[in-house]
Amino acid sequence: MAFFIEKLKRGLKKTADQISQSWNAVINYRTTPEIDFNKLEETLLLADISLQTTENILKTLKSRIESNSSKSNDSGFIVEQLRQILVDKLQINNQRGPLSESTIILLVGVNGVGKTTTAGKLAHQLTHQGRSVTLVAADTFRAAAEEQLTQWASRVKVDIVKGLENEAPATIIYKVLKNFSERTQTIIIDTAGRLHTRVGLMEELKKLVRVAEKMIPLTMLEKWIVLDANMGQNAIHQVEEFHQGIGLTGIVLTKVDGTAKGGIVISLADRFHIPIVYLGVGETMDDIIPFDAQEFVSALLPKAG
Amino acid sequence: MFESITEKLQGIFKNLRGQGKLTEQNIEETLKQIRASLLEADVHLEAIQKFLEKIKQKSLGKEVALSLTPGQVFIKIVQSELINILTPKDKTSTRLKFAPAPPTLILLAGLQGSGKTTTAAKLAYYYKKDGRKPGLVAADLIRPAAIEQLEVLASQIQVPIFKPAAGEKAIEVCIRAVKSALESNCNMLILDTAGRLHVDESMMSEITSIAQRVKPSNILFVADAMAGQDIVRVVTTFHNKLHLTGTILTKADSDARGGAILSITSTTELPILFVGTSEKMDGLEPFYPDRIASRILGMGDILTLIEKIEKNNEKQQLDKLKLAQAKSFNLNHFLDQLRQLKKMGSLQDMISMLPGDVQMKNQIAQNAPNEKKFNQLEAILLSMTPQERQFPQLLDGSRKKRIAQGSGTRPEDINILLKQYDLMKKMMKNENHAEKLLRQMGMNAFPKRPPF
Ligand SMILES: Nc1nc2c(ncn2[C@@H]2O[C@H](COP(=O)(O)OP(=O)(O)O)[C@@H](O)[C@H]2O)c(=O)[nH]1
Ligand SMILES: [Mg+2]
Repeated sequence: MAFFIEKLKRGLKKTADQISQSWNAVINYRTTPEIDFNKLEETLLLADISLQTTENILKTLKSRIESNSSKSNDSGFIVEQLRQILVDKLQINNQRGPLSESTIILLVGVNGVGKTTTAGKLAHQLTHQGRSVTLVAADTFRAAAEEQLTQWASRVKVDIVKGLENEAPATIIYKVLKNFSERTQTIIIDTAGRLHTRVGLMEELKKLVRVAEKMIPLTMLEKWIVLDANMGQNAIHQVEEFHQGIGLTGIVLTKVDGTAKGGIVISLADRFHIPIVYLGVGETMDDIIPFDAQEFVSALLPKAG
Repeated sequence: MFESITEKLQGIFKNLRGQGKLTEQNIEETLKQIRASLLEADVHLEAIQKFLEKIKQKSLGKEVALSLTPGQVFIKIVQSELINILTPKDKTSTRLKFAPAPPTLILLAGLQGSGKTTTAAKLAYYYKKDGRKPGLVAADLIRPAAIEQLEVLASQIQVPIFKPAAGEKAIEVCIRAVKSALESNCNMLILDTAGRLHVDESMMSEITSIAQRVKPSNILFVADAMAGQDIVRVVTTFHNKLHLTGTILTKADSDARGGAILSITSTTELPILFVGTSEKMDGLEPFYPDRIASRILGMGDILTLIEKIEKNNEKQQLDKLKLAQAKSFNLNHFLDQLRQLKKMGSLQDMISMLPGDVQMKNQIAQNAPNEKKFNQLEAILLSMTPQERQFPQLLDGSRKKRIAQGSGTRPEDINILLKQYDLMKKMMKNENHAEKLLRQMGMNAFPKRPPF
């Protein structure tokens, strides 16, 4: 675990450096003891936190500073307050229990965000937790998608189920779930990337979920959307559409190993109550870590004091 | 969901209307709104600041006296400045550069998942249809099945593919492909590389070596239309290392506002060669700055609407000027005016294009010029001789009777029209009363002005 956290920190270090830099500009406590809220606003906006969320955060921060006027020059206090505000936002949504013993995880999202890679990494991670994992290739659209997941399956040494030629994703899933109740296992379903604006593809996905929901207890079904940390405000539309369509139960944020901050998840927390479950931090099988709000925000902001 | 910019602009226009000119003060609020909107579109903050500064300069110097509302002038400035940034100085730079000696090489570069492989195949398909002989080179050895993906696509569009042999590195397959291109009857090669993070030193040096070695005349950065602010840092690093020659915007069929492309062009000035608009092989379109500009602003129809109204306004102004010169307002002029109004009478259409409040729209629609009434007035006027229209005093009882018959109306209707004409004649002396005039004519064209 320590290794993972190290990895996340490394991934976010560049971000933290950048934020520290802006932060130094934010509090120029020698010359002006006042905080430059404009600079702070910029910092948050550059992290892809939406304007509205940014304004809310600053409002809260200001009022906290006001009610602690003796500390209005204390940069440590202010950073700590900011950290707390962000952590609170993220934590509200992250009160969830562990995965049920038998679990079906359905990975959905737009094209190229990292669904297949996440499926492979998750399979690896959950196998290590002692689960018996099966990967299901339900992306029947993208060229060689099945081949990609097959390579992951052999890489992380788990079983894979594929459809027959021209088989609809819903049929593949029906077949997989038919025998599901017989033994305890974990199934990870990789689906085709689809833009949330494509009505036909969204209908296909809904159908697929309906099939699954008829066959297994709802508590066993996880529907996770995969989001790319490089994404901007459109992620909000994506979550909205997918959530409305199939009722999401989790968010996986990938590519956190770049310099993009994935601040969009903070805006998402303002609107939806969907927990962030995992972070993707690279392209190898170990590059996945459970989400932890404290860690996430700590890696994002400079240490207090 | 997001408050659309159209809604915001309605507010802006309301605020600016009737103020006569753009001042530092009334522009400040508007600039703020534009900033908010550009942020929602994911335009990078610095690019926004640069942009707003320009808009400010242009607007404050702008002569707006002739225009009916400063808001319209302002939004035009915003739009044309956006287009300006998105249009490369050198128009030819949006075209592919063909190497003096074939094969012409296109190297694709970008982050993971940005759409390089699909774009590679689309490019091959595009140029194949254009009569070239493209080949695809699979140089992504990182992502599982990336080669197979390109292979499937290559066979779909029937172009040759160069794949790495066992143990061959990305750079090696590129070199081999370039050497054997002509033998394989290819005069163009598209190199699909692995997605990479700009901060991944070893991967960045891999692609730099490829570029240095095969010297492609085109090095294109593939950017996702849904990208956020950080894309600026990414493209800057790629550009510094690779000397990019252009960009391709993918997944433009999403509902992302695509501000990333503005950030990219504003920081790198790279031309945009293509826009990807579907997962299909023919989903590659040329880039139109004006389309993306209104998309980034999220304005869609409102610009069309403004244009329509501006055209009408200009014409009306001209007509009024002519009128003033002639100093005699006769029924011919009245007819002209009527037809002008009637043209605007497709107001119903225009209103339906307006975003926002349905109730409000209905209210406007109800009060919009009544087609029937217009037609009746027009019919009456057309049943007169030009001479009668020029000298309305000629219209005696028998002429009125004839006109009523000809236009399928009653003589009283002719009298009503003449009263309206008299009224208008009086009012024409004072342009500001145009609205009041219309109301008294029972047309009530703009009970409340449309909200823009
Ligand atoms: N750096 C980085 N790359 C990732 C991560 N997750 C996925 N990728 C890469 O993103 C690209 C698209 O991933 P893929 O799983 O095919 O996306 P899908 O279309 O959603 O299934 C691939 O090149 C992956 O290797 C991550 O956490 N970090
Ligand atoms: Mg996939």
